[in-house]
Amino acid sequence: MIGMEPSSSSAEWKPTASQEEQWALERHVFHIYQLFCNIPPKSQAVMLELQRDNHIEYLMKGLRHLGPSFSVLDANRPWICYWILHSIALLGESVDDALESNTIDFISRCQDQHGGYGGGPGQMPHLATTYAAVNSLITLGGHRSLSSINRGKIYSFLQRMKHPSGGFSMHDGGEVDVRACYTAISVASALCILDKELTQGVGDYILSCQTYEGGIAGEPGSEAHGGYTFCGLATMILINEANRLDLPSLTDWLVFRQGVEGGFQGRTNKLVDGCYSFWQGGAAVLLQRLHEAGDLFQSHALQQYILLCSQVEGGFRDKPGKSRDHYHTCYCLSGLAAAQFRWSKDADREPLPGLVLGPYSNLLEPIDPLHNIVFEQFDEAREFFTESQHCDDA
Amino acid sequence: MDSDEDERIPLRQRPEWSDITPVPQDDGPNPVVPIAYSEEFAETMDYFRAVYLADERSLRALQLTTEAIHFNAGNYTVWQFRRVILEALNADLHDELEFVEHLASKNAKNYQLWHHRRWVAEKLGSEAAGRELEFTKNIFLNDAKNYHAWSHRQWVLQNLGGWENELSYCDKLLEDDIFNNSAWNQRYFVITRHPGIGGIEGIRDSEVNYTIKAIMTKPENESPWRYLRGLYKNNIKAFITDPKVSTVCLKVLTSKVNSVFALSLLLDLLVHGFEPTQELKTALESLIPESNNSDSDIAARVCSILEVMDPMRVNYWRWRKKSLFSC
Repeated sequence: MIGMEPSSSSAEWKPTASQEEQWALERHVFHIYQLFCNIPPKSQAVMLELQRDNHIEYLMKGLRHLGPSFSVLDANRPWICYWILHSIALLGESVDDALESNTIDFISRCQDQHGGYGGGPGQMPHLATTYAAVNSLITLGGHRSLSSINRGKIYSFLQRMKHPSGGFSMHDGGEVDVRACYTAISVASALCILDKELTQGVGDYILSCQTYEGGIAGEPGSEAHGGYTFCGLATMILINEANRLDLPSLTDWLVFRQGVEGGFQGRTNKLVDGCYSFWQGGAAVLLQRLHEAGDLFQSHALQQYILLCSQVEGGFRDKPGKSRDHYHTCYCLSGLAAAQFRWSKDADREPLPGLVLGPYSNLLEPIDPLHNIVFEQFDEAREFFTESQHCDDA
Repeated sequence: MDSDEDERIPLRQRPEWSDITPVPQDDGPNPVVPIAYSEEFAETMDYFRAVYLADERSLRALQLTTEAIHFNAGNYTVWQFRRVILEALNADLHDELEFVEHLASKNAKNYQLWHHRRWVAEKLGSEAAGRELEFTKNIFLNDAKNYHAWSHRQWVLQNLGGWENELSYCDKLLEDDIFNNSAWNQRYFVITRHPGIGGIEGIRDSEVNYTIKAIMTKPENESPWRYLRGLYKNNIKAFITDPKVSTVCLKVLTSKVNSVFALSLLLDLLVHGFEPTQELKTALESLIPESNNSDSDIAARVCSILEVMDPMRVNYWRWRKKSLFSC
C-alpha cells in the first residue's frame, strides 16, 4: 500500500526509491486498466480471454528447442520440464506419445544412481530438481512414467539431505532453507514415503522462520517472503503441524500482499509480480481451507492482473515491461487456477469451479494446491503409489 | 577470461589439457528441453565432466570450474566440486572472495554464489566479518532489498560478529528509504538478536518511539505498523495496555490520512481485550458516521469501516467480523 501519489506538493517532500518504483508501475498498470474500461464489452471479452492456442504453442516449442541463452538454466532442466508440462496440463492439454516417452527418458537420465534427480544428466542430485522431476512425471501420469521413479532410492536421498537443524540441505554440501524443507516433504508426500524420520524437527525449523510480520522467511531472521511462505505453510500442512504457526498473523500479512494492481507482491513494500499469483494466492487457498472460510483475497482482481498485465501473446510475465518466461507462465497459470476454484475443506475432494473472470472457456484444470500438480494426475499417482505392491519397495 | 572472450583458446588446443578425453553430456537420442549450447559452453562442460568423474582435485580443474561458472553461475555441481578442490589444494581463500565479488556484480541473485560465499567466510572465521559486511553494503547500494545479501549479512553477524554499528546502519537505510521493509526487518533482527541489547523488553520503549515517529511521517507505510506489532510479540498485555499504541491509532484516525493500518491495528487491540476510550469511539464514528450503527460491537464496527475503506480486502474484513463472534 505505497499507493496514493500525494496530491499536495510540499517543498521538502521527496519520494523514496520504493515510492518511485511503485508509482511507475501503478501508472503502467492503471493505463492498461483504463484502456480496458474504455473499450466496448466485446473487445473487453477478447482482452480477458486466455490465449490458449498461443500459450500451448509457446510451451510446446520450449519442450522441443531452447536457444543458447538458456545455458544459464542448464542446471534447471527438470524445472523447465515441470514449468512447461504443468502449464500444458493446467490448460487441459497433453503432449503426444513420442514427446511423453522422450520426457520420461530424459528425466530418467537426470536420476542419480543413489537416488534423487539432478539439474541435468550427470549432475548431482538436488532437492529442488527432484521435486520438479517427480512433479513432471506425475503430471505425465501412466504406468511407465510413475514406475520410472525409484522411490526407495529417493527415500535414502531425502534421509541423506536431513540436517541437524531439523531442515534439509538442498544437495550434498548445499544450503539449508525452507525451500529445501518443502521440496523434500512434498516429494515424500506425493510418493507416499513420508515418515516420522523425515518429518522429525521440520515443524520446529519452519516455526523458527515465521517472522514478526506474520509471513515466513527462507531462514530464521530473514524477511517474510511469498515463496517461502507458500513453502513453509504447505510443509506444515503436509506434516500435520499447521496449527503450530501463528495463523492469524500469517493470514493478515498474506492478504495485505495483494496490491492495488490486483496482483500479489512477494514482500511488504515491493512490487507485484505475476509469479506470486501462485505463491501467495496458493497460500491463501491453503489458509482458506484451514480456516474453513470462503475467499480471503480478491480473486477477481488477481485474475484481472494475470490476464491483462501478465499475459502476452504466448506465455506470461512478471509485470508489464518484462519478458515472458516458462517460470512465470507456470506460476501465473497456477495462480489463475488457485483463483478460479471454490476450495473444499476436504483436501481429497476436487475443488469446484467458482468465479471465472472473462469467458468461461478460461477455466483451467483444478490443482492439488499443496503439491501444485493437476488434481486428476495427482489423484492417479496417489492411487498408484498407495497400492500395496508399489508401496512395499519404499 | 571474460575480458577478452573472443580470444579464448579452445580447451582441446591447450597443451595442458591434451591428456584429457572430454565426456559429452548423456542427453539421449531425443532429449526434451534441449539447449542449443554454444560450442565454448559445450566444450567447457565436456571437460568439466571428465575431471569431475575422475575426481581430479588439481589447479587446472579449479581453473576449469572458474570458466564453467562464468558460463553458468547456477551449476551447483560445479560449485560443489570447486569447494572440494579448494579444500584439497588448501587454496588461499582470499582469492576466492575476489572471485565471488567479481561474479556478484552480474549475478547478485544467484543462490550458489551466496552459498559459496558463506562457506568461504566460515572457513576464514571472524577475521572475515568486516569485509563481509562491506561486501553486502556494496550490494545494497544497487539493490537495498537483495534477499540473499540480507541473509548473508545476518549470518555474518551471528557467526562472525560485527554488531557494533548495525543499528545505526539500519537508521541510515531507513533515512534513505523509510519504505525499505528489508531494513525494518534487519532492525528487528538486531534488537532481538544483538548479544549486547539483551532482548526486546529493554529496548521496547525507545523503539516504540522511533516507530511511531516513522508512522506519523508516512501513515500509509505498512512497514512500521507491522514492526510496532512485532515489538509486542509475546507480550499481549503490554500491547493492549501501553497507551502509546492506542494513541498512535487515534492520532492517525483523526488526521484525515489513509487510516487502514490504524484501523487494522485498533482491531487487533480490541480483539485482545483493549478497552477503547471515548475519544477513540468518537473518532471512529466520525469516520463513516452514517453507516453501520447496526454494529453494536465496536470491533465489528471497525471491520465494517475497513470493508468500505479497503475494498481489496473486503472478504478478509468480513471474515474477521464473522470470526469475532465465533470464538
